[in-house]
Amino acid sequence: MLVSYRWLKDYVEVDLAPAALAERLTMAGLEVDAVTAAGPAFTNVVVAKILSVKPHPGADKLFLCDVTDGETTWPIVCGAPNTRAGILTPLARVGATIPGGYTIKSSVIRGERSEGMLCSEEELGIGPDTSGIVVLPEDLPLGRDLADALDLKDTVLDISVTPNRADCLSIIGIAREVAALTGKPLRYPEIRFTEAPEAAADVTSVTILDPDLCPRYTARVIRGVTIGPSPRWMRQRLEAVGLRSINNIVDITNFVMMELGQPLHAFDFRFLEEGRIVVRRSTEGEPFVSLDEKERILKADTLMIRDGRKPVAIAGIMGGLNSEVKEDTAMIFLESAYFAPSSIRRSSRMLGMGTDAAFRFERGIDPEGVVRAADRAAQLMAELGGGRVLKGIIDQYPRTVPTAEDIRLRLARINDILGTEVPAEAAVGILKALGMAVREEGDGDWRVTPPTYRVDVTREIDLIEEIARLWGYDRVPLTLPSAAAAPVHKAPKENAADRIREVLTGAGYTELVNYSFISPAAPDGLGLAADDPRRRLVRISNPLTEDQSVMRTTLIWGLLQTMARNIRSGAGDLKLFEIGRLFFAGAPGELPVERDTVACLLTGLRYDDQWHHPDVRVDFYDLKGVVEGLFRALKIADVRFDSADPEPFLHPGRACRILIGGQAAGILGEVHPDLLERLDVKGRTVVCELDLDALAAAARAVCAFRGVSRFPAVARDVAFLVPRELESEALLGHIRATGEELLEKVQIFDVYDGERIEPGFKSLGLRFSYRKADGTLTDDEVQQVHAALVARVVERTGARVRGES
Amino acid sequence: MKEALEELYRQAEAELKAAAGEADLLAVKTKYLGRKGLLTAALRQVSQAPADVRPALGRLANEIKETLAARIEAALQDLAAGSKEAALLEERIDVTLPGRGTSPGRLHPITQTTREICRIFAGFGFSVAEGPEVERDYYNFEALNMPPDHPARDMQDTFYIEEGVVLRTHTSPVQVRTMEKQRPPVRIISPGRVYRPDSDVSHTPMFHQVEGLLVDRGITFGDLKGLLAAFLKQIFGDETVLRFRPSFFPFTEPSAEVDIRCVMCGGKGCRVCGQSGWLEILGSGMVDPAVFENVGYDPEEVTGFAFGLGVERIAMLKYGINDIRLFFENDVRFLEQF
Repeated sequence: MLVSYRWLKDYVEVDLAPAALAERLTMAGLEVDAVTAAGPAFTNVVVAKILSVKPHPGADKLFLCDVTDGETTWPIVCGAPNTRAGILTPLARVGATIPGGYTIKSSVIRGERSEGMLCSEEELGIGPDTSGIVVLPEDLPLGRDLADALDLKDTVLDISVTPNRADCLSIIGIAREVAALTGKPLRYPEIRFTEAPEAAADVTSVTILDPDLCPRYTARVIRGVTIGPSPRWMRQRLEAVGLRSINNIVDITNFVMMELGQPLHAFDFRFLEEGRIVVRRSTEGEPFVSLDEKERILKADTLMIRDGRKPVAIAGIMGGLNSEVKEDTAMIFLESAYFAPSSIRRSSRMLGMGTDAAFRFERGIDPEGVVRAADRAAQLMAELGGGRVLKGIIDQYPRTVPTAEDIRLRLARINDILGTEVPAEAAVGILKALGMAVREEGDGDWRVTPPTYRVDVTREIDLIEEIARLWGYDRVPLTLPSAAAAPVHKAPKENAADRIREVLTGAGYTELVNYSFISPAAPDGLGLAADDPRRRLVRISNPLTEDQSVMRTTLIWGLLQTMARNIRSGAGDLKLFEIGRLFFAGAPGELPVERDTVACLLTGLRYDDQWHHPDVRVDFYDLKGVVEGLFRALKIADVRFDSADPEPFLHPGRACRILIGGQAAGILGEVHPDLLERLDVKGRTVVCELDLDALAAAARAVCAFRGVSRFPAVARDVAFLVPRELESEALLGHIRATGEELLEKVQIFDVYDGERIEPGFKSLGLRFSYRKADGTLTDDEVQQVHAALVARVVERTGARVRGES
Repeated sequence: MKEALEELYRQAEAELKAAAGEADLLAVKTKYLGRKGLLTAALRQVSQAPADVRPALGRLANEIKETLAARIEAALQDLAAGSKEAALLEERIDVTLPGRGTSPGRLHPITQTTREICRIFAGFGFSVAEGPEVERDYYNFEALNMPPDHPARDMQDTFYIEEGVVLRTHTSPVQVRTMEKQRPPVRIISPGRVYRPDSDVSHTPMFHQVEGLLVDRGITFGDLKGLLAAFLKQIFGDETVLRFRPSFFPFTEPSAEVDIRCVMCGGKGCRVCGQSGWLEILGSGMVDPAVFENVGYDPEEVTGFAFGLGVERIAMLKYGINDIRLFFENDVRFLEQF
């Protein structure tokens, strides 16, 4: 909220400079975002006197004047019809700047010299009057800077008022805070006016049909107003706080809203059919044209102000075009009401109308301040609009707005919460400074009644906050929680994620963080089947862009986009990973299923050090090695890589699913060349995606120790000739399945399918290592076991033994 | 005789010096020390010398022989070592060429910053707690004292999924879920992604928060100040100047914003701190009794405080990053700097 420093001083004495005041308010919870000098948009304009005027010899409508600023007399050419000798008027001297970016220069106008310019209100930007030059009061000293002479300089504080402080959405509200903080007295504006004999109740009436939404409605009637411009002091104040001056009546409603925090509305009484007001909810589909000239179709439940026949305002939000104050308006129906905050908030959000009035009503205005505001506005309408205020105020108050009373406050509780030793007198002093009534019930035990405008203060804790705020947060001593620290617990998933990050960064992979939302086109882009669970998208109903409108069901889409972007900016060799969450729509009424997931992407050259390994490009096995390394690091056994049923977006011959303990845990493979082409990426790209929960569940923190044999191992190599499509795992599986104790390990040391092999076959070289825990193996022992294993492989797989050593 | 021996030694020494390789050395050895060598012959002559000078001559001759033999042996060894050295120098490489192997990848700056924050709080006894990112309105707002139609909801623009379900706007719902499951004392921090529809140089629709909660008997606002001051000094350095400023959050009361003296300008006022000299870094406050009542804690029995901070903001200040969107563009030229 914008607060004019000068306006503020109308209600409280301020001996702090604006910057110091800003600091003080900020440290009391009214954060001042900016302090800006506000003042007229001109420089070097002074009070001057016209000494003489004679007609311009070369132009009918121009005058030649001698003008003095008290020191020098200047010849000035002026065209204003009200130019006459003897008056004081603003002189923009040579070098002056005036609004619109003009600089006054010495000039010759139709042959006559002019050393400056006499100005109208409009030319100086201090008012709307264009009819002639400003006639200044006679008592102003000549040569005085006009901004100083007219007191046009101001400073504006931009305060972010937190949603709880509805009471601070007015100048008087800020003045109350300043008074409480500085101990200076607060001065409410004096409200005094004479009522006409005619009674308001005789010309109009108010009926509230929906008191739940409108607990209180007051009104005054003012006859015989003359619509015109507002006086300068009011225009300046309104403009300083960011409001545009419209006419005296509308300005008065805005002025009082800014002054006291009570939104008001002035209806032209002529247009109120049957001369009365009815307050009730709209009916579904009812059309209404508001002051901004937009037609709105109302939903049921919007509180409306109506006359005898039709709606005339959206309660608490905006008036209607049909009852607007016009140039010839003479009789005003002035509304000052209290509307239920939640109702105003709902309506204003539904209609998208965040008006100043709605902003205040939805935060809660002072239910006991409505009459004061009506009277204040009536007074101003009489003073500035020449109106007669009819006798009496109409005050329909069918439902009491509850305000807090007798809140219990304990001194011990204050200090227990704050960790302070605030003395009783200080606490009471703060509350009283804030306008609270304090009654002592016992030692350090009070009953506190806050003023009705403090709608945020209803509980003991609210009072404690007030005391803390004014006592000063900086006076609360720093302590450390005395409670014994519990052992810090780390979840298995957290540990697994940490370990995975170590392994992957160690392997050269760089972590990225993509948005959790992706494009709804992603499942089609990946060619997912119609029944793929990754099509169970969670949709955002108010996304920022269509591209970010669904929650991701795979990390791979984001990795691919990131890759494409990086390649476009020239980085072609990428090792990337992300740990993030996937979201799958749940059953109706259930939250989505969220899965933490890790995914990697690899493309380009295999090695950073190209001079050692020129142009070796990555393939499936590069990432498989990393994945296997991950499993080793997490001590996960029983992993299977299964080539059946590959993902549609992966290369059909170079992809697999990963199973842990027979359960699906992820995928690994080269990206389908068609997809790469669509991404404009050349060269093989390998991705994997693993379920972090599955990894964390299978990970072992410790594993059982096995003794290390001190006896030598014996190795036997065999080359098997097998059909080309047979997977090595098919051979190894049969060997492992025997559970042969003497076999320490079996490794593939060679894969060959070149010229020396018959077409359609490949040679797999296996190295068997045999070792005994408790002695040296003899040749016979090895031979016996080895021959059995080889025979088993041959028998089960149809492999042929190619060579043996 | 003595002179003859000494002359022989000088001669041998000169030849030794002149020797240009192994063959020369061996020739010298044979010439003087061989079975028919000159020195061998001289030794034999010593036995025929008069008895009074014989012992002295004998010592001299032996001394010369041994010295000569040692010299020749040493020269031979030097020669061998020299040729090995030469062979090794043949294998000289360019040590300034880059090394072999994969250089380590980097952790995202958000991860690094989150880890640092969590590490510091682990030192204060805080365990990590997690919760769903697609969250019920109840946990994100209502249980935190923000009923529907409450103006405080304006403080956090929200992505909606469906009636009553939102993308969490803060990680505070984790606090509520934790308190529902666990009796006091509670000491948790919840790091995680949060969402608000906003996008410019200082806002992204997704960002990261770390929030903390401490509930126990006798926890005070002074404890909040002490703990957060200790945290900020660890993360920004012991010299950090900070201030606690009254503010408003629906789920805490009293509430405080914590500002640090601007790390860019030292408080003089700059673009980063909006000329104020201070940077808002943490929101905090004493848990509102209404929140305790919502989870079945007795606010007369326990008190506590909660706080929250934006990870990106801390990372931006620590690394001097001026555009928050860089974190999520994932340009490797950005990522590889951390």
